[in-house]
Amino acid sequence: MAETDQITPRDWSSHPPYNHPPYRSTELRAPTKPLIPISHTLSERTGPVYGHDGVGPLDHDLTRNGARNGEPLGERIVVTGRVLDDAGRPVPHTLIEVWQANAAGRYIHIVDQHPAPIDPNFFGAGRCVTDADGRYRFYSVKPGAYPWGNHPNAWRPNHIHFSLFGQSLSSRLVTQMYFPGDPLLDLDPIFLASPSEARNRLISEFSIDATEPEFALGYVFDIVLRGRAATPMEA
Amino acid sequence: MSQETPFKQTPSQTVGPYFAYGLTPEQYGYSHAAIADGIMVSGGTEGERIRVEGRVLDGAGDPVNDAMIELWQANAHGHYNHPEDAREDNLLDPEFSGFGRFGTGVDAENRFIFSTIKPGAAGDGQAPHIAVVVFMRGTLSHAYTRIYFSDEQDANGSDPVLNSVPQDRRQTLIARRDDTPGGPVYRFDIHMQGERETVFFDV
Repeated sequence: MAETDQITPRDWSSHPPYNHPPYRSTELRAPTKPLIPISHTLSERTGPVYGHDGVGPLDHDLTRNGARNGEPLGERIVVTGRVLDDAGRPVPHTLIEVWQANAAGRYIHIVDQHPAPIDPNFFGAGRCVTDADGRYRFYSVKPGAYPWGNHPNAWRPNHIHFSLFGQSLSSRLVTQMYFPGDPLLDLDPIFLASPSEARNRLISEFSIDATEPEFALGYVFDIVLRGRAATPMEA
Repeated sequence: MSQETPFKQTPSQTVGPYFAYGLTPEQYGYSHAAIADGIMVSGGTEGERIRVEGRVLDGAGDPVNDAMIELWQANAHGHYNHPEDAREDNLLDPEFSGFGRFGTGVDAENRFIFSTIKPGAAGDGQAPHIAVVVFMRGTLSHAYTRIYFSDEQDANGSDPVLNSVPQDRRQTLIARRDDTPGGPVYRFDIHMQGERETVFFDV
């Protein structure tokens, strides 16, 4: 296998379309004209590089980075996994940014008016960096479900938002990690916007091996980003 | 390697309405350090100081107040601060990363506002430009566009990417220069829909 200087295409059989009527906010915000193809230039093959220098000492521990006078409420979890490219190569030393609701389903964000309690010991945002094998880990509490105004009795499933850079602007990804067995998944138009064969990639796996005894339940979530296209050696 | 790779891309999902405390915390007043903001220059950055500002408009023409815009660009010499730009004469500017990020929820007019420098041409036939990534509630997959500059008519005329865009839509990619007492401002509105719908690329 030899690497080319091109990045693998955005796989539209994996990603949700812009216009997805059940998610009502897409209606006025989805581009209506076809995307224009572009041959990757340096602008697309390069991208912002963030590694360990972008991460503070408590950034990977959401149970401590917002604590004022105690521990946050909720089930303590450890989320770990690998970031790979779509040839299966690890993506090392790349920044992951995460944000989430607290255990009661409330975001600290000022526009979240859901009358569930703010947790004075939980902020809900953090960062970590993958190691040489593409592995990452952060600690948090399991986020709660919360209602939203998309349709009558609409509730978002438990989820954690992820933002990743990978190795180029083309590998940029913002996604959401869900939890196994959540009955709200089959009712959620954001989760369901992803093509059916791709949806399960958004659901983490509970892992007793990743679970830390007497401390935190373990969830494994591997993430696959676009990477350099490979070409077969044989003619 | 078999044809059937198990390594399929993880689907994109929207940033939702609550990204600010995670991704643009300092701009929104949260006490969580930000990795980037709208100020992409420092005192020592080389190049012409410019301001890039605009709004994101939805299909009803209303400004979007929960979008996040990211910029990525070359430095004043047309070089990128990234190992993939391995040109031998690589003229890195240690005072310029090339990356900026700004949310539209703070400014009273819901503008994004970047202080940056005008990028140099990369020397590969492309006109000077800035790559733009658009995220918002209601956008399940981020959108890519580009900013070109209204005072680079000749270079724009021979730019291969601009030339790949239908002629009647090229203007949506060109930021209008306005020389103000505070310095040059390039205005660039992003129209998600409508007659002036911005060109988005399948990057």
